[in-house]
Amino acid sequence: MIRTLLFALCLLCPLGSMAALPLPLLQALTGDDADARTQAVIDLGLSVDPQAQVVLEALRDDTLFTLKGRLLVVTGEQAADAATGASVGVPADAPEPPEQLTVNNLLRGEAAKALALRNLASKDVDVRRSAAKELASEPPAAFAASMATAAASEQDADTAQLLKLAAAQAQLQSPEPGLRIAALNSLADSGEPAIAAMIKPLTGSVEPDVQVRDAARRALNAIQGRLFWGDLLDRLFTGLSLGSILLLAALGLAITYGVMGVINMAHGEFLMIGAYSAYFVQGVFQQHAPQLQAWYLAAALPVGFLAAALVGAVLERLVIRHLYGRPLETLLASWGLSLILIQAARALFGPQNVQVANPGWMSGSLAITPSLVLPWNRMLIIAFAVAVLALTWALMQRTRLGLYVRAVTQNRAMASCVGVATHRVDSLAFALGAGIAGLGGVALSQIANVGPEMGQGYIVDSFMVVVLGGVGQLAGAVWAALGLGVAAKFLEGWTGAVIAKILVLGFVIVFIQKRPQGLFAQRGRNVDA
Amino acid sequence: MSASTVPRNGHPSSMHPAPGASGSQQDAAGDALGSRLRGSGVDTSHNVILYLEEICVSFDGFKALNKLSLSIDVGELRCIIGPNGAGKTTMMDVITGKTRPDSGTAFFGQTFDLTRMSEPQIAATGIGRKFQKPTVFEQHSVFENLELAMRGPRSPLATLFSRRDRATGDRIATTLERVRLSEQADRLAGLLSHGQKQWLEIAMLLVQEQRLLLLDEPVAGMTDDETERTAELFLSLAGEHSLVVVEHDMAFIAALGGKVTVLHEGSVLAEGALLDVQSDERVIEVYLGR
Amino acid sequence: MSMPDSPSHRAVVSDGPVQSPHPLFRLTLPALVVLFVIPALHLLTPADSAWHLSDFFLTLTGKILCYAVVAVAMDLIWGFGGILSLGHGLFFALGGYSFGMYLMRQIGRDGSYHAELPDFMVFLDWKELPWFWQGSDHFLWAVLMAILVPAVVATVFGFFAFRSRIRGVYFSIITQALVYASMLLFFRNETGFGGNNGFTDFKRVLGYSITSPATRSVLFILSGLLLIGALYLAFWLTRSRFGRVLAAVRDAESRVMFIGYRPQDYKLTAWVISAALCGLAGALYVPQVGIINPGEMSPANSIEIAIWVAVGGRGTLLGPVLGAFLVNLGKTYFTSHFPEYWLFILGALFVAVTLYLPEGLMGLPARLRALRGLPA
Repeated sequence: MIRTLLFALCLLCPLGSMAALPLPLLQALTGDDADARTQAVIDLGLSVDPQAQVVLEALRDDTLFTLKGRLLVVTGEQAADAATGASVGVPADAPEPPEQLTVNNLLRGEAAKALALRNLASKDVDVRRSAAKELASEPPAAFAASMATAAASEQDADTAQLLKLAAAQAQLQSPEPGLRIAALNSLADSGEPAIAAMIKPLTGSVEPDVQVRDAARRALNAIQGRLFWGDLLDRLFTGLSLGSILLLAALGLAITYGVMGVINMAHGEFLMIGAYSAYFVQGVFQQHAPQLQAWYLAAALPVGFLAAALVGAVLERLVIRHLYGRPLETLLASWGLSLILIQAARALFGPQNVQVANPGWMSGSLAITPSLVLPWNRMLIIAFAVAVLALTWALMQRTRLGLYVRAVTQNRAMASCVGVATHRVDSLAFALGAGIAGLGGVALSQIANVGPEMGQGYIVDSFMVVVLGGVGQLAGAVWAALGLGVAAKFLEGWTGAVIAKILVLGFVIVFIQKRPQGLFAQRGRNVDA
Repeated sequence: MSASTVPRNGHPSSMHPAPGASGSQQDAAGDALGSRLRGSGVDTSHNVILYLEEICVSFDGFKALNKLSLSIDVGELRCIIGPNGAGKTTMMDVITGKTRPDSGTAFFGQTFDLTRMSEPQIAATGIGRKFQKPTVFEQHSVFENLELAMRGPRSPLATLFSRRDRATGDRIATTLERVRLSEQADRLAGLLSHGQKQWLEIAMLLVQEQRLLLLDEPVAGMTDDETERTAELFLSLAGEHSLVVVEHDMAFIAALGGKVTVLHEGSVLAEGALLDVQSDERVIEVYLGR
Repeated sequence: MSMPDSPSHRAVVSDGPVQSPHPLFRLTLPALVVLFVIPALHLLTPADSAWHLSDFFLTLTGKILCYAVVAVAMDLIWGFGGILSLGHGLFFALGGYSFGMYLMRQIGRDGSYHAELPDFMVFLDWKELPWFWQGSDHFLWAVLMAILVPAVVATVFGFFAFRSRIRGVYFSIITQALVYASMLLFFRNETGFGGNNGFTDFKRVLGYSITSPATRSVLFILSGLLLIGALYLAFWLTRSRFGRVLAAVRDAESRVMFIGYRPQDYKLTAWVISAALCGLAGALYVPQVGIINPGEMSPANSIEIAIWVAVGGRGTLLGPVLGAFLVNLGKTYFTSHFPEYWLFILGALFVAVTLYLPEGLMGLPARLRALRGLPA
């Protein structure tokens, strides 16, 4: 390895020991030939001359200029010769002002890689670590040897591992089959999907050498075996995360549908109200209490709940109540209400999506393995859904309102006979359902776009949850939401999102055929209709 | 069509359809089972029209029917009584195919396994049902209610091209007269009084010419006079049809005078003449005890 | 068309007095006259004449005529059958797409790529037509498909849904889910119907320029004839014994079952006829507006159909036509003059009609009489 490196250094930088950068190299950099420019950047990366660092940085920062064929590094008022670093005076009234060197993104990216390679020699471990990260994706083949050397002497274990993989990746482009096989063998230790994807083509006809193909196949199997469990857990997690969002959206609907037997098409708009409450509270904190900004969500929760519950109570009183016993009309009227709410949101907050920021403590993620990274905001939403569920359960099982709600759900006429004020229960249940949706909306504001139409997509999904779980069954709604969420995510992996959605819909239709009462609903004596 | 166009030919006894009046329009693709039946009838060779044996139905652990066994003879008029929750309505649900029993057998005649047939199939084989709450088509006229119930084609295609004929009108007029609704023929059924709706529903069973009629609380909400006339009507139907009447009104049951079966907690508690049943210790305990 | 149940046609629902002939018959002749006078004024008068009717007017009314057919189809299933579909836009769009395929083929090599294949396929680098595009260059095949595709989709969906006794709000929501899923499907480029952009830039139909006043006029007249035909079909269906069973299913489904009818057969028949009508309307709509894209399948579009019917009066024959015209004229006016208020008005319309006018405008006279205490 060391020999290869030395060989490469000698070959590429024959003048490396001299005080100035070689002129042909700099000329290539200013020339029109893209390949030659790339090669020049790579040479700069491998050069031992400290001036190479200056030129690369200038390349990155767009501070390279040409003046009469000379390459200058300009910093503020100062100009320096790129080859030597000697200061150059440029008269302000020069007949021909210095011209900025055009650098495209590709070259800039290569400059960043070359800089990263040089930074591997830095004393600061953080600099080395970020350099290694920069090199980890698509490292240039020419850097293979240098990176391997750096990996061998690297003290930080993570960085060393990254560099080892990067070196192997670079080595894969080597023309020598033996080197490619060696690279594959060291890549086999990886657990990253990206590397599996990179190796995959080498198992086929892209790779001319049969032995290399075999090595690629072995490496791929090893990586995929390692990936399988990570992938499975990842899908499960994203599925649970989707399921908890569905649950937050559906819990309120399950209550109102259970109690009143009506589908509230404006239910999604209660989510929207919750999300805009978060936006509103965020704005208030920005204005009046910027030091508490990180905790605005805590205040947004009660605001979201109350705002949605209040709107819900008003709508129930004004519209829904008068349509009792006419479920299809309720559906249409509540659709009308949802249109009005959407347009009201547009009028108040504008038609564009608004920005709701994640507080600092919610951003970031927990990396369990390279392929299993759990974002904090999603984990918190799962926890939040559990909390809301527990509260709802307690409310339904432990309070008088809950008792009344359950009574009306089971038998409205009987509940009314034993003195339950069913109208009041309707109002309260509707407000409660709306409020829970408001809470869901606050949570949703952290992971989804907040805009006037954000609620529209949720009504069908929430209804599926209610249908699947069985009317008036909290436990059913939980299983249905999680089941649908996980199923959707797994299907998405195999078939893509759209087909997955259609498959889930088909499944629900078939399911209703077999069990019209849902997963958990009680069977009862049929009442003549 | 106004009431005056309904012919009244004054043959109150003509309960049977003019042959071929509607049977000829039987849709081949429709209910093959039904047409086979109407041709050959129900096999009642053992003089029994309905057998229920060891029927069990439970709803989440609650046993609505618990090994219920019952048989109804051809032409019999049977009354079923029992406290609320005894399983009377569930029994009717099982017979008409609305509820599938968890175990047990239910046969119509010797050959028709009711537990394997759908509601329309069972209706087409000859079992008619009147609900506890009178269920008529409120947006249709009385005449149309009977027309829809009348024996005839049941498939969408056949009904698209079917036409009214004189025989149908005659039969409907006769039946209306029998239940004293002739004056109401063109009124919307939804506008009838409660008792009239009960009668309309019974009339719908009559024009269907069902062999077995299940009548759930037929005199609920009727005046004494109406109740009396209903009893007369039922008595005139027995023999020709078999009737199973669920009622709470003991005077009405006494007037019908048939055999009485007492249901309790999903099975038969007692069976016999009304007077015998009423003096049965267990029955008295069920009704009065606790 | 044979009129069953002579000598008199009996009212199934409150549809005016029983004795007098239905207004449909009295209105047919005037409607036919108007149907030919409008295009005549468009074609025969100079553009600056006070009598001239503009392109815009002709296209707008032609478009609304197609909507009115959809409204009649919706009324058949909702007003007479009690089944609220929130997915009828799917059938409309399927008909539109089926005929749109023909219009795309008629572009020939006049597209921007001057290729044999439709532009979007060239753009996707497809080499040949997918199998389901076979035959789409034949006019009659396209018309047949515009009827059959929605009908078959409706049959398959309806068969399972009605068999499992999915009804009421369950059915409504599932139809919404169906149309939503279809929209997502059609948004995909790989589905083969132009993805996001759908079909547009049509050049001709049956060889005639699609934008010429004569073609527009013919399409307009055809739309009107289709509407009249749909009304007669609906009249026949609802006044036959079939219609009475259908209405009976709506009012007391279990009773219908216990007198031996299979309600699912009746629902399915009405459902499929309704879908096929929507498909035809869609096929006439697309050449008139010049575009079809997955937006036609958005759930909001489908649910709007219900409000046309509700405004006019469901369970009546002419109500849906009235509703389709009023709501869509209102929409055209407001979206061009006060776009920010249209959703408020539409939303309020949904609420107001369901709360205060359950029988729609057709029921308004009776309601006013009742308010003034006069006999109905």
